Amino acid sequence: MRPVRLIFGTTEGAIGAVLLSLLVLIALFAPVLSPGDPLDIAGPPLLHPFSMARLPLGTDSLGRDVLAGIIHGTRTSLTVGLAAAFAAIALGVCIGLAAGFSGGLVDEALMRVVDAFQILPGFLLALALVSVAGASLPVVVLAIALGAWAAPARLMRAQVLSIRERDYVAAARVTGMHPLEIAVKEILPNALPPVLTLAAVIVAAAILTESALSFLGLGDPNIVTWGTMIAEGRNVLRSAPFLSVLPGLALVVTVITVYLVGEGVTQALAEGKAGQVDRQGPTA
Amino acid sequence: MTLLAVSSLTKRYVSGTRPVTALDDVSLTLDRGQTLGLAGVSGSGKSTLARILLRLMPADGGMVRFEADDWLSLSGRDLRRRRARMQMVFQDVLGAFNPRATVGSVLDDPLRIHSPLKERDRRTEIAALLDRVGLQAALATRSIRDVSGGQRQRVAIARAIATRPSLIVLDEAVSALDVSVRETILRLLVELQQERGIAYLFISHDLAVLRAVSHRIAVMDAGRIVECGPAGDVIERPRSDAARSLVAAVPRLVIRG
Repeated sequence: MRPVRLIFGTTEGAIGAVLLSLLVLIALFAPVLSPGDPLDIAGPPLLHPFSMARLPLGTDSLGRDVLAGIIHGTRTSLTVGLAAAFAAIALGVCIGLAAGFSGGLVDEALMRVVDAFQILPGFLLALALVSVAGASLPVVVLAIALGAWAAPARLMRAQVLSIRERDYVAAARVTGMHPLEIAVKEILPNALPPVLTLAAVIVAAAILTESALSFLGLGDPNIVTWGTMIAEGRNVLRSAPFLSVLPGLALVVTVITVYLVGEGVTQALAEGKAGQVDRQGPTA
Repeated sequence: MTLLAVSSLTKRYVSGTRPVTALDDVSLTLDRGQTLGLAGVSGSGKSTLARILLRLMPADGGMVRFEADDWLSLSGRDLRRRRARMQMVFQDVLGAFNPRATVGSVLDDPLRIHSPLKERDRRTEIAALLDRVGLQAALATRSIRDVSGGQRQRVAIARAIATRPSLIVLDEAVSALDVSVRETILRLLVELQQERGIAYLFISHDLAVLRAVSHRIAVMDAGRIVECGPAGDVIERPRSDAARSLVAAVPRLVIRG
């Protein structure tokens, strides 16, 4: 459990890990914490927070429970964030590995595709894709991932280019190892760690993008999301600002949490590397 | 009997804007079970020659006959299979291993690729290989990062002999080791040569080391072989300037003399 201990060893990592665990628990147990459909009408409309014990955070303009919305929204945000980041990194790693390892024309062609995706603003791409393909959770995840895979691909390629010149890759070639096995077994695991530190940034950006899409009415209409809640609260912003502020706060806390975890992982990796050097032992 | 015949090998590359001839019409031969020492200052082309022979880098011209093969024209599956016959030991005792590898996995790779052995038999073979290079079989489960430099070089030698090669290219294989470890490693290499009839192309800038292990020595300078002959002759009666300056560079301990 060395990596976990290392993450908890940094202040950022410890705070982030505790908050993230809390958010994950909320997301996992959303149906238990607030049973029933959060989109159902639960009481009188526009009930202010702390005015009714059964509905502690009040209700929106249709009388839906705000707390239930925020709890279930955690689920959406984390799911979309993690799924999109996973897809973006998986795609980026594969493309980066293929480009860096093959070199030549393949590299050239793949990197031009990466360029094309990188110059497109991720949000516009997601917006276009969701408006064309329709707003459903998988489409939203895919749309966000397509806007985010270029950075990990570029970093992965740079890592691969440096690692493939190492002696141990030469040793694997001299041993007669198949190029595919060299790429997967010798290069991939050693190239991956810095790319994974990008994950936190991508998760945070994905959560924001998802909220922004929902805010514009391009989220999945059958799922509660913080973005939709903020957008709907906007209509009554003057009389009931809490409708926008509360999900907004949830969004900020979640993004900061993810960022803190990422910061902790980055520091832990850096320390882990220093630890490795210490453990190299005598050189003769 | 000739094992390796290199003829007119040439390699050029561009460093910045300046064209450099790394290998200039290099020819040499090596007999089975013999050691050819390759001497020269850094930048003289020794490692380039090694990397071309090991098919890690393409040549621009020339030919290499190794065993029965036109070595430089092999490719793909044929090349991978024939690589078992020519192995290598590196200078950098840490860089030569995947940092995530264990001692056992390092030795398992060549066996898995080249021998028909099943996993359990491979484990027995790994223990035998470790024993042969003077390491304990229990070391197999240790991470390669957790063993000492001398032990790592023994693991590298075990990896090289695992495929039963007829030639091992040793590129400054003992240069990074301290003097006492260096001697035991050289002794191990000579033993393995006598026992298995392996030929060595032994690259070093250190003539004292080359003299201890080589039958013949070739001296390289600026991409050319400037001198080649029996080890004793090259060291006692160097004919080229490059050889003379290498001989002069062998450290002599003089105390108040």
